[in-house]
Amino acid sequence: MKYFVLLAADGELPPWDKLAADEQEALMARFGAFDEACAARPGVEILSSEALGDGSTATTLRTRGGEMTITDGPFAEAAEQIGGFYLLEAPDLDTVIELCRVLPAYDIDIRPVPDMG
Amino acid sequence: MTSTSDPSPTWAEGPVERVFRTEWGRLLSLLVSRTRRLDLAEDALSEAFARASDRWPGEGMPADPAGWLYATAYRHVVGRLRAEAIAGRKAPLLAVRPGWVPPDEPAEVLADDRLQLILLCCHPALPSESRSALALRLVVGTSTEQIARLFLVPPATMAARLTRAKKKIVLAGIPLGAPLADELRVRLDEVCRTIYLAFTAGYTPGTGPDLLRADLAGDAVRLGALLHGLVPDAPQVRAMLALLVLQHSRRDARQRDGRLVTLIDQDRSRWHHDEIRAGLGLAAGLEPGKGYAEELRLQALIAAEHARAPTAAATDWSAIAGHYAALEALTGSAIVRLNRAVAVAEAEDPRAGLDLLASLDTVLPDSHRVAAVRAELAQRVGDLDIARTSYRRAIDLCANEVERDHLRAQLEALPPPGSEVTSRGRRS
Repeated sequence: MKYFVLLAADGELPPWDKLAADEQEALMARFGAFDEACAARPGVEILSSEALGDGSTATTLRTRGGEMTITDGPFAEAAEQIGGFYLLEAPDLDTVIELCRVLPAYDIDIRPVPDMG
Repeated sequence: MTSTSDPSPTWAEGPVERVFRTEWGRLLSLLVSRTRRLDLAEDALSEAFARASDRWPGEGMPADPAGWLYATAYRHVVGRLRAEAIAGRKAPLLAVRPGWVPPDEPAEVLADDRLQLILLCCHPALPSESRSALALRLVVGTSTEQIARLFLVPPATMAARLTRAKKKIVLAGIPLGAPLADELRVRLDEVCRTIYLAFTAGYTPGTGPDLLRADLAGDAVRLGALLHGLVPDAPQVRAMLALLVLQHSRRDARQRDGRLVTLIDQDRSRWHHDEIRAGLGLAAGLEPGKGYAEELRLQALIAAEHARAPTAAATDWSAIAGHYAALEALTGSAIVRLNRAVAVAEAEDPRAGLDLLASLDTVLPDSHRVAAVRAELAQRVGDLDIARTSYRRAIDLCANEVERDHLRAQLEALPPPGSEVTSRGRRS
């Protein structure tokens, strides 16, 4: 099954740019450990993953009454902190949850990607 | 996807009902593990029980009722799978954990996969109100209508809730397969919360004939007993079962003439003393522990103190207050503090109880129970003005008509200013 794993919010972690260099390194190490944990797991593959640009670099498109409006910033305040995503192939939800424990303690949103085939 | 024929003991009486009660969960878990189709397994087993209900009264019971039911249900599933294949439809299967092995072809003894099914139903990724309902439906076999009654919602609401939960299990890939050791302990905590939720739902006051649904709370007790049989060494499960059995033993004393009867006022001859003995036995074997297991153990010990007192006056309130103090230290719960206030009022004096209540108004501003307890304690120390104000506040805040009537009666029974009579009325 495919899963979309969204690093949705900082949780209790300070924002990235408020962290000291060594704290950032520690978090980077956890991202590395996640990649290794996925590689080591049967049936798991990281299909795609990216860190996202800061919320301040976002642009939102909204269409209402047929008119599209373009504005600065993410679509909602809650979306300010979205930091990145993974698209994973994994056999089941519990496998994904276990692997996510290796990631930094962000708020994480896990969605199954339905097989449209 | 929802089962249209919900077998319930009301339309299948006598021997079929008995087989239903003992075999539904075990057969369903086995079918689910063999086929990985939650929807088909439930429908097929319901069909098999319907057929048994039609045929066994006339033809007599088969020598191996469980085997007959399993074979009938399995044939039904195979038929449905064939129809799906012909129609070119392929429904998704339940995910399985790596290393999961399907159960062997059934031999003489049908395997017991109920723990897997319980863990599936109680997965934390499911909404909490759905987990209790699903566990009762799939593992105990409680009908959707009865579960709706238990949770005081319309049957259509409950049916939709169950359907959504079953869909989520499949679409999100919640797997079959036992978790690893540490994870199992955490998952069992969640299962115990789920079962306890189902149990307490039966004692949440409703209205009229459904004031309490003790019979359905009993289904939660059965689920707890079943789980204890499957994982006898799990401390939180044993503590939960002790607690449920002890609380449930009071069921026939908790209401009279359409009103709730508080614990102090209950007719103890209506308590089920054989069940109390069983509950006390379970509680006696509990070792001090940590976390949720320890919470449950302390609650079980409190229930044990009430259960072993031959009369209300003989209750060891000091022991109870001690357990509540430990529970409050563990959980920081305001509700625990409230209950502790009641115990301390009995063990020491009502003023000490009132002192403990002082901090709760900010934490539980809308609780009618805080106001009601304050009213009773104030009445006992002779603060009748506070008692009156507090009863009125409790009546304003209370959502349940029967409880409100009880509080109104308490308010009306207050002596007019100047006289000095005590009365009682506490939790049931």
